[in-house]
Amino acid sequence: MAARNKYDAIVIGGGHNGLVNGAYLAKAGLSTLILERRHLVGGAAITEELHPGFSFTTFSYALSLLRPEIIHELELTKHGFMPLLMPTTFAPMENGDYLMFGQDKNENHHEIARHSRRDADAYDAFGHMMEQAVHGIRPLMDSIPPDITSKDPEERARLAAIGSYLADLPPKVLHSLVRLLTGSAADILEDYFESDILQGLLASSGIIGTKVGPRSQGSGLVLLYHSFGEHDGAYGAWAFHKGGNGGFTQVLASAAQALGAEIRLEAPVDHVVTRNGKATGVVLEDGSEIEARTVVSAVDPRRTFLQLLDPRELPADLVEDIQRFRFQGTSAKVNFALDANPTYPALPGRSDMYRGFINIGPSLDYLERAFDDAKYGWYSQRPYIDSCIQSNIDPDMAPPGKAVMSNFIQYAPYHLRESDWDTERERLGDVVQARLEEVFPGFGDLVLHREVVTPLDIERVVGLTEGNIFAGEFLAPQMFFFRPAPGWNQYRTPIDGYYQCGSGTHPGGCVMGAPGRFASQQILGDLAKRR
Amino acid sequence: MIRETPFHPRTAVANQTGLWSHWSGYLAADRYQMSDKFEYFAIRNSAGVIDTSPLYKYRIHGADAERFLSGVLIRDIRKCRPGQAHYTAWCNHDGWVMEDGVIFRHTEDEFLLTAAEPNQAYLEDLRGPMRVIIEDVSDEYGALALQGPYAREVLSKLAPEMETIGYFHLTPAKIGRVPVTISRTGYTGDLGYEIWVERDDALEIWDRLFETAAPYGVIPAGQTALLITRIEAGLILIDVDFYSARYSWNDDQRATPLELNMGWMLRDLESDDRAFIGRRAIEREKAEGTSRWRTVGIMADWEDWDRAYNARGLVPPKDHTPEHGGMMIYDEKVRQIGWTPSFVYSPVLQHHIGIARIRPDHAKVGTKVGLEVTIDHRYEMVGSVVTRLPFYNPPRKTA
Ligand SMILES: Cc1cc2nc3c(=O)[nH]c(=O)nc-3n(C[C@H](O)[C@H](O)[C@H](O)COP(=O)(O)OP(=O)(O)OC[C@H]3O[C@@H](n4cnc5c(N)ncnc54)[C@H](O)[C@@H]3O)c2cc1C
Repeated sequence: MAARNKYDAIVIGGGHNGLVNGAYLAKAGLSTLILERRHLVGGAAITEELHPGFSFTTFSYALSLLRPEIIHELELTKHGFMPLLMPTTFAPMENGDYLMFGQDKNENHHEIARHSRRDADAYDAFGHMMEQAVHGIRPLMDSIPPDITSKDPEERARLAAIGSYLADLPPKVLHSLVRLLTGSAADILEDYFESDILQGLLASSGIIGTKVGPRSQGSGLVLLYHSFGEHDGAYGAWAFHKGGNGGFTQVLASAAQALGAEIRLEAPVDHVVTRNGKATGVVLEDGSEIEARTVVSAVDPRRTFLQLLDPRELPADLVEDIQRFRFQGTSAKVNFALDANPTYPALPGRSDMYRGFINIGPSLDYLERAFDDAKYGWYSQRPYIDSCIQSNIDPDMAPPGKAVMSNFIQYAPYHLRESDWDTERERLGDVVQARLEEVFPGFGDLVLHREVVTPLDIERVVGLTEGNIFAGEFLAPQMFFFRPAPGWNQYRTPIDGYYQCGSGTHPGGCVMGAPGRFASQQILGDLAKRR
Repeated sequence: MIRETPFHPRTAVANQTGLWSHWSGYLAADRYQMSDKFEYFAIRNSAGVIDTSPLYKYRIHGADAERFLSGVLIRDIRKCRPGQAHYTAWCNHDGWVMEDGVIFRHTEDEFLLTAAEPNQAYLEDLRGPMRVIIEDVSDEYGALALQGPYAREVLSKLAPEMETIGYFHLTPAKIGRVPVTISRTGYTGDLGYEIWVERDDALEIWDRLFETAAPYGVIPAGQTALLITRIEAGLILIDVDFYSARYSWNDDQRATPLELNMGWMLRDLESDDRAFIGRRAIEREKAEGTSRWRTVGIMADWEDWDRAYNARGLVPPKDHTPEHGGMMIYDEKVRQIGWTPSFVYSPVLQHHIGIARIRPDHAKVGTKVGLEVTIDHRYEMVGSVVTRLPFYNPPRKTA
C-alpha cells in the first residue's frame, strides 16, 4: 500500500513537543502526520536498552516542568503516565560528609543545621521566596507572550496588561523576580546561605544546560526556570517518569495515536515546500512529497528557518536574528550500567540516599571553577555532575540488584579550543569516571557498560544545534518576547501555514510540552479565522 | 496494652517515622518512611508489603460449614470452590450490611473468614444444631500483603506455584521450610498476594520475602499508602464508607448491599434458593426499588479545582493523604444529593477522587454534580462528575 501523501497537518520532528503538538491538532480533528527522522520518537527524551537489561536515559532524565494541563487534556494517565517523585536529594561533600534531603521538612531542617544553623532557618525563607516568585511569573509563562513589535491594538493591550499585572504583584515578589531574572544565582543564594554545600546544591539549578557559571549574570534566570515545574501541587518538585523520560514520550506517542495522529518513523524531512509564501507540504530526504496546508516544525530555530526553508524566502532581519541566536551547548552525559549501587564511605551499606538527584557540585567555587575551563574552550577537569540512579525506585530500569546511572555533566563546550569531540569523547568519560571514583571509591569495579554523550553527539543524534539541550540558550534576550526572535515569538513564521513548536519557542526547553501546546492553540485559532 | 503483630520486630525497625496507628488493638505503621507517597508508588510501580495481621480471622470448619455460611453470607458460598476466595458481606434480618470481608475456602469443609470487627459471638449464636466449629484464630496467624506489578515475579521466586494462581484463588505453599497459605487477594486494586503464616514462622517469612524482593525496590508500605490505593480501587472501608448495622443508631447510618455497590454479589438471587439472613429484605428492596443510595465514584474537575484555589491566590493543593470526612455533594439546583466519605488526590490518576454515596437519580455515570470544599474557611463549589468504580483497575490485577 502506498503511504498516504496528503494531510491537514504535518509535524516535523517527533520530540515531545512535536508529539504534544500533533496530539492537539489530531484532537481538534485535523488529519495529522508526525514525521520523525529516527527509528524512535522522543528526541532528547528517550530511553534505550544499551546493555542487556539496562535502560539508559541517554539524554534527558528527569521530569518536572511538564504542564499539568497537558496531562489532563491529552488524558495521559490512560496511556501510562506515571511520574515517580524523588524522595531524596543527596549532595556529597569534598570532605566526605554530605547533605541529604528527604521529604520531611523538619528532618531536612536538622540536616541543614549540621552544616549551618542559620541556613536551616533561611532555607524555608528561601523556599517561600522562590515559590512566590514562581507563582507570580507563572501566568506569564503559561500564556503566549504578546508580540512586542506589533502595532495591533490587541497586542498593545496585552502588553499593557502584563505591565499592570506586574505592578499588581506584591512589591517584594516583583523585586525577587527582577533579581532572579537579571542577576546571578550566587548573589541570591549568598543572601540567604553561608554553607558551601547548600549554596552549591541550589546553585546547580542555575547552570544546567547553560553556558554560565553560578556567578554569571543570567544564572538567576536559569535557576528560576528550573523551579517552575510542579508535581501534584508542589512547585519545583522533580520526578522520574516510569521507564525514564523515554517512557514518558512513549506515553505521549500512544496518546497522540489514540487521538488519531499518525506517526511515521525514519522519515527525515529535507525541506518545507512553499508556494507564493504559503506552506504546501514537505519533501522527505528520499524525495517523496507529502502535502499539507499546515506544516509545523518541532525542531530548533536554526533548522526551522535556515535549513528546512530557503533563507531567501525570509525577511533579512529574521535571518540575522536566527543566525545570532546562541546555542553554544555546554552539557554532556556519561551513563553507566553498574553491577550494584556505588558505595559512599560515610554511609556504608546504604543506598537509600540514591533515590533522587545526586548532586556533585559541593560549592559555588567548585561550580565556578568548572565553568572556568569552559570559558577557555575546554571541558571541566573537575566537572559538575548531576547524577541519578533511577533503578533504585523503578525496577523497570535495571535487573534486580543492579543499577543504571545517568550523569549529566557540565561543562563540556561544543567548541573545543584545541581538539574535537570525536577525539575527546572517551577522555571525557575518563574524567567523569575518575571524579566518580573519588566520590564513590571502587566505582570503576562496578562498571559494566559506559556511554559517553558529547555535545556533538547530541547534535548528531537528536539534531539539537551545537548540542544545546534547550534548543537555544536561556539568556534574557532569547526568552519570552524574543524566543526565538522579536516578532516571531508566537509560533508563526513569515510563511503562511508554517509554524514552529520546538523548545526554541516560548517558554523554552525542558520536557515541558508548553511550546507544542501553545503552538497548537495558535494554529487552530488561525485555521478558525481562515474559515 | 496495645498489641504487636507477629512481624513487629521487623516493622519496628523499618518504621523510621515513629508513627503508628491502632488497628484492632494492634500497632500498624502509618508510614515507614518520611515520604508515604514513595510507599504508594512502590505499590503501583514495584510492590509494597503491608502487614495486615490485625484483621480478625475465624476458622470455620465442620461437616455443615458450607451450609452454615450459605445462610450467613450474602454471596453464595457454594460457588466458592476449595482453593478459592470470595469478597462478601453479611447482613442483619432487615437487609442492612453488618460487615464485609474475604472468605477463603481451604477444603470442602474448612474456611477462613477475615473481618474488621470481632464476630465470634455473632457467628456462634447463629450455629444452631449445625455441625460447625468457629474458632477465633486472629492471633495465631500473621498476614503480609505483597501488592504491585512485580508481586508475581518476586513471589514466584519463593513459591513457583504463584506463576499460575488465579485472581481470588489460594493455595498452600512452602517458602523455604515454612508452610504458608498464599492467596491472590488484597486491598489495593493491583496485582497482589497475601501470605498467611503461623505466628512463630512470621519473621522467617518476612526475612525471606525481603531478601528476594528488596532488589526489586520492594519496600514495606504503611496504612496511608494502603488507604490511597484502596480509594483508587473503589474498595469501601467500614466506619468510613459505611457503618456496621449492628452498632448504628438509626437507619441513616445503615446501608444495604445494593446501596453499597454490592449488587453484583446478589446477581444470581433468582436461581439460588438459599435462605440467608437479610434475603427477604433485600428482595423487597430490589423489587420495590427502595434503595436510597448508590455508591459510585466522583471525580473533581481539575480546572474547576484549580480555579477555586487560584481565585484566592493559593496554590491548588493536591494532597494524597486520604480524607475520611464527608464532603457534601449537590445537584445543579444546590440540593444536597449525597456526600463523599473517602476523598483523596490520586497520584496515578492525577485527579481528586472520592467514593461517594449519591441518590439513585443522580448516580448515573457522567452526571455533573457539585462538590463542597472548604477554602480558607469558606465554602466553595467545585464541579465534579460521577464516575464508575474502581477508578484504577490495571489489567494485571486479574491477568
Ligand atoms: C543531555 C540532555 C539532558 C537533558 N535533561 C533534561 C532533564 O533531565 N529534564 C528536562 O526537563 N529536560 C532535559 N533536557 C532538555 C529536554 O530534553 C529538551 O529541551 C526537550 O526534550 C526538547 O524537546 P523538543 O521536542 O523541543 O525537541 P527534540 O527533543 O530535540 O526533538 C526534535 C525531534 O526532531 C527530530 N528531527 C530533527 N530533524 C528532523 C527532520 N529534518 N525531519 C524529521 N525529524 C527531525 C529529531 O530526531 C527529534 O526527535 C535535556 C536535554 C539533553 C540533550
